[in-house]
Amino acid sequence: MAPWLRLEALGLTENGVRIVEDVSLKVSHGRTLILGPNGAGKSTLLRLMHGLLRPSAGHVVWPRALMQAMVFQRPVMLRATALANIEYGLKLRGIPAEARRRQALAALTRVGLPELAARQARRCSGGEQQRIALARAWALAPQVLFLDEPTASLDPHSSREVERIIGEIAEAGTKIVMTTHNLGQARRLADEVIYLEEGRVLEQTPVDEFFRRPRTSAATTFIRDER
Amino acid sequence: MNEISASLALALDLVAGGESRLAAIVLLSLKVSLGATLMACALGMPLGALLSVGRFPGRRVLIVLFNGLMGLPPVVVGLLVYLLLSRAGPLGQFGLLFTPTAMVIAQTVLVAPIIAALTRQVIDDEWREHREQLRSLGASRPRAARTLLWNARFALTTAALAGFGRAIAEVGAVMIVGGNIDGVTRVMTTTIALETSKGDLPLALALGVILITVVLTLNAGAYLLRQWAERRWG
Ligand SMILES: Nc1ncnc2c1ncn2[C@@H]1O[C@H](COP(=O)(O)OP(=O)(O)OP(=O)(O)O)[C@@H](O)[C@H]1O
Ligand SMILES: [Mg+2]
Repeated sequence: MAPWLRLEALGLTENGVRIVEDVSLKVSHGRTLILGPNGAGKSTLLRLMHGLLRPSAGHVVWPRALMQAMVFQRPVMLRATALANIEYGLKLRGIPAEARRRQALAALTRVGLPELAARQARRCSGGEQQRIALARAWALAPQVLFLDEPTASLDPHSSREVERIIGEIAEAGTKIVMTTHNLGQARRLADEVIYLEEGRVLEQTPVDEFFRRPRTSAATTFIRDER
Repeated sequence: MNEISASLALALDLVAGGESRLAAIVLLSLKVSLGATLMACALGMPLGALLSVGRFPGRRVLIVLFNGLMGLPPVVVGLLVYLLLSRAGPLGQFGLLFTPTAMVIAQTVLVAPIIAALTRQVIDDEWREHREQLRSLGASRPRAARTLLWNARFALTTAALAGFGRAIAEVGAVMIVGGNIDGVTRVMTTTIALETSKGDLPLALALGVILITVVLTLNAGAYLLRQWAERRWG
C-alpha cells in the first residue's frame, strides 16, 4: 500500500518546549489510531498533519492532495442552530442553499440527532456538541478525517454508536486518523496503532500486534495501566 | 440651592411641555449622533475585525494607532474636520461647514477609532476560540472576520453603544464644525454650554436631564439585549 501521508523528521517547539520531536512515519492504512498518555502530543500531531500548525522542523508531505476535515477534542460552535453550524462548512464550499440544507440534515440524522436541527448549538450538551461536530466534518465528505477523541465525553451507548458511525465512514473509503483513550475502541477500530509519548513516536504497529506483543516497554505499561 | 431647585422645576416643565424648540434640539442631537455611530460602525467594525483576524504589513502599527486615536480630544477632531471642510480646505467646494452633515462627519471621525478598537478586542476573543475550527473548515481570513462579526453581534452592541455615548456627549467637535447656529446646528451639548454661560439654567438643565435619560435608557436596553441573547444563544 502506498502511503497517502508522510511525516519527515517532524518537530514542533513552542517557547523552548519540545512538543513533537523528530517524528518520521508513513500513513498508508485506512484507520490509524494514535495512542498515548495525556500530554503525549496526540492533539498536536493531528494539528500538524491537518496543517493547522506550522512545524518548526521537518515536513508534512501529502503525495496527493486530499480533502481533509477534523473533529476537535473540544467542539467549537457558532452562535447559530445545530443545522446552521453544519451548513456553514458547506456554504464555504459554495454549495447552494437547498442542497446544503438537505446534506446538513442528512449529516445530523447520521449522528442520530435530527431532532436537534433547530436547537441553538451552544446550548446543546457537550456530548451532543461533539456529535454535531462529527456531523459537521462528515457533511463535507472528506477524503481524510482527523478525529481527536471523538467519543471522550459521550455516554457508553452514544460512544458505541459514534464508533459504529466512524467504522461506516471508514468503510465508505474515508481515511481515518484518530486519537482515543479507549483501548477497546482502538482495538475495534484500528488497522494500525501509533504509540506516542513525550512527543516521540515509540512505535507504529498493526493493531493485533500492538495489543498482543507491544514492542516497547512503555507501550506495554500503557496498555496494562489503561485497561 | 433654591435657585437650583427652581431651575430644575422649570426644566421639568420644559421637558413635560414638549416645547418645539427643545424637541428640535433633542432630535438633531439624536440624528447627528446616531448617523455618526452608524457610519462609524460601518467603517470601524469591519476594520476592527480585519485588524484582529488579518495578517498584513502594518497591522501592528494600525492597532497602536487606533488605540491611540480612541483618546482623541473632540476639539482637535473638530479642528481637523473644520480645516478639511472650510472654504479653502480640500473638501471646501461642497459647502458642508456649519451644517448637520459636517457634524456627522466630525463625530464619525471621533467615534470610528473607538468602535474599531473595541471591535478588535471582541473579535480577538472570538478568533482565539474559533480560529482552528474556521481554518479547518476552509474559511479565508476575510470570511472568518465576517463570520465572527456576526457571531459576536451582541457583544458588539456594547461597542456601538460606547461610540454613541461618546458622540452624543461631546461638545468640542460639533461646536467647531456646526457653529452652534440656532435652529440649524444646535444640539443638546452645545446648547447646554451656551445657555449655561448665558445664565439660562432651566433650559440647560432640561437638556441635561434629557441627555442623561437618553444615555441611561440606551445602556439599559443594551444590557437587557445582551442578557436575552446570552440566554438564547449561549
Ligand atoms: N502552544 C503551546 N505552548 C506550549 N506548550 C504546549 C502548547 N500546545 C501544547 N502544549 C503542550 O504540549 C503537550 C502536548 O499537548 P497535546 O494537547 O498534544 O497532548 P495530548 O496527547 O493531546 O493530550 P490529551 O490526551 O490530554 O489530549 C502538552 O504538555 C501541552 O501542555
Ligand atoms: Mg489531546
